Amino acid sequence: MSSKAAILAAIQKNKPSETPLPALLNFPDQPDLVEKYQKGLSGNGGKLIEAGSLEQVQQHISENFAEDQLIASLVDGIKGNVDVQQISDPHDLEHVELAILKGELGVAENGAIWMPEENVVHRVLPFIAQHLIIILKENTLLTNMHQAYDQVNVSAPGYGVFIAGPSKTADIEQSLVIGAHGPRSLTVFLLK
Amino acid sequence: MKGHTHAQAAEEFIKDDARTHWHDETLWHVRQKRDLSAQGIPEWETLRDTASAAKNYVLSHLGELLEQFESNALANGVEVLWAKDAKEHNDHVYRILQENKVANIVKSKSILTEECGLNHYLEDKGYEVVDTDLGERIIQFAKQAPSHIVLPAIHLKKQDIGEIFHKHIGTQEGASDPKYLTEAARQHLRKKFIEANAAITGVNFGIAETGGFVVCTNEGNADMGTHLADIHIACMGIEKLIPRAADLGVFLRLLARSATGQSITNYSSHFHRPAQGKKMYIILVDNGRTEQLGREDFKNSLKCIRCGACMNTCPIYRRSGGYSYNSTVPGPIGSILSPGKDLKKYSTLPFASTLCGSCSDVCPVKINIHEQLYKWRQVITENTDVDASKKLAMKVAGVTFGKPVLYDLAGKMARTALRITPDSLVYSSINVWGKHRDLPQVPKESFKEWYKKNRKS
Repeated sequence: MSSKAAILAAIQKNKPSETPLPALLNFPDQPDLVEKYQKGLSGNGGKLIEAGSLEQVQQHISENFAEDQLIASLVDGIKGNVDVQQISDPHDLEHVELAILKGELGVAENGAIWMPEENVVHRVLPFIAQHLIIILKENTLLTNMHQAYDQVNVSAPGYGVFIAGPSKTADIEQSLVIGAHGPRSLTVFLLK
Repeated sequence: MKGHTHAQAAEEFIKDDARTHWHDETLWHVRQKRDLSAQGIPEWETLRDTASAAKNYVLSHLGELLEQFESNALANGVEVLWAKDAKEHNDHVYRILQENKVANIVKSKSILTEECGLNHYLEDKGYEVVDTDLGERIIQFAKQAPSHIVLPAIHLKKQDIGEIFHKHIGTQEGASDPKYLTEAARQHLRKKFIEANAAITGVNFGIAETGGFVVCTNEGNADMGTHLADIHIACMGIEKLIPRAADLGVFLRLLARSATGQSITNYSSHFHRPAQGKKMYIILVDNGRTEQLGREDFKNSLKCIRCGACMNTCPIYRRSGGYSYNSTVPGPIGSILSPGKDLKKYSTLPFASTLCGSCSDVCPVKINIHEQLYKWRQVITENTDVDASKKLAMKVAGVTFGKPVLYDLAGKMARTALRITPDSLVYSSINVWGKHRDLPQVPKESFKEWYKKNRKS
């Protein structure tokens, strides 16, 4: 008997009596989503900037990053100097200093942003970059994770991730350190 | 590990009084963060009820959900393998590594691979497995096992870690600043990520409906590993399934809040198909789970989502440390999972509890942990040779509690006896409860006597 058959047979023999599948939950929309989102994101170590326009984002980048640093932008209107689409081996992204990506939607309760594969091109990009900027539209903010899963088809992309902050760890005496393996900062620009 | 019983092993841990207190307080702090976070969600109890019901559904439909999961994963271009036990799981991993001529392996946190002893197995075959979760890398250097399922190096102080890093990755001698040490680990592990050909991960949730799976980390180490390597091997216990993608709304709201009080892990990665030119494997592991499924009183333990909340809250775990359990999953949940694997070896674990019930109260999937601890005690007392003093004490207690006259008399005798017995006897080696703590002052009369005297006035 194959292991699959053996495991399924053991389950058949031992499985408990049937219980029903619970209905999916939803809860009422909350007010003040921007304020809640800001709180959720900063709780995870991220920073929210409410921006009037993409120019403001561009200005932020010019002020905080040098021209000789590698910048990978996948947002129309934000300049970069790494052509992510032309890269075939993700290892070539090793020295990217800053990645700028577009988020699909934001979740107010925890600051999470849905990032499907097509928004990052190379799955490793939001992790390997030293810093990450995500552009998010204010009208995509949702109250909670139930609403997020209602909107997102998680199996449409081959890969997708909820990003809720920069890479962090507290494995040494529970002291929070930002920048474990991935981005040392996450800045989310919220656009109207 | 010295000592075969939980109490003997705990004795090692509590030798260092200051460290024991630090451990206790640190985990209690994590528990308080969990409370604060849970209390911020008005629908918290509804989430727990729903998560519990979803997992009950999974357990009662496990066969069909596994088949659904497999066929969806296959359609997604993922290879699915089944493993009856740890050995078969390890053999699968080895074969995949061989077939793909893998030289360098990185691994993110997976309690299942700990359970299967995968690292040692692969090391014996000549592979080096690099654990990439910071806490796991620390203990891997120190040749230790995780002492907590979410906080693997919680038993170590930063000075210990400074010493370990000095020895293994050349940090400055005596340096113990967490920021400095983390940065050193970052540089060291970046190289490993870049060099890796294969990445092994655990699975937090397998989605039957879509054939995909979710891995949660704060560090981003699972993603750094899997997206750079050509081969991704995901190791998954068969109980990790959830029926629908939408159920993740419930589980992701509960998991991190229960674990550390944070609202969600910074990365919740959903894997469905391998990236172009790469390969993805899922190994579905039984290793005793189907047997546990058949134990009416204990099957609920399979609902566990490995948040660690029961450890952080447990007055015994906090004061005895993870190693005192001598099992891959320590703490209250480990004490109800492990006896199912080896009743004799783990026979003292269900007794390492005050049955206060705090573990059940914080469990996000509402496992009746303390009731199962109590039930395991009965199974163990009936089926093994538990230490004779415990057996006799239980028999005497059974008779005494059953007869009010005897109970009153025994109470009176104990109160007198404790007053007149010299300390050297009360705190002798026979009475383990007298170690590290003073008995309370003995009252002259019982509550019953006091009540009789006072109720009329």
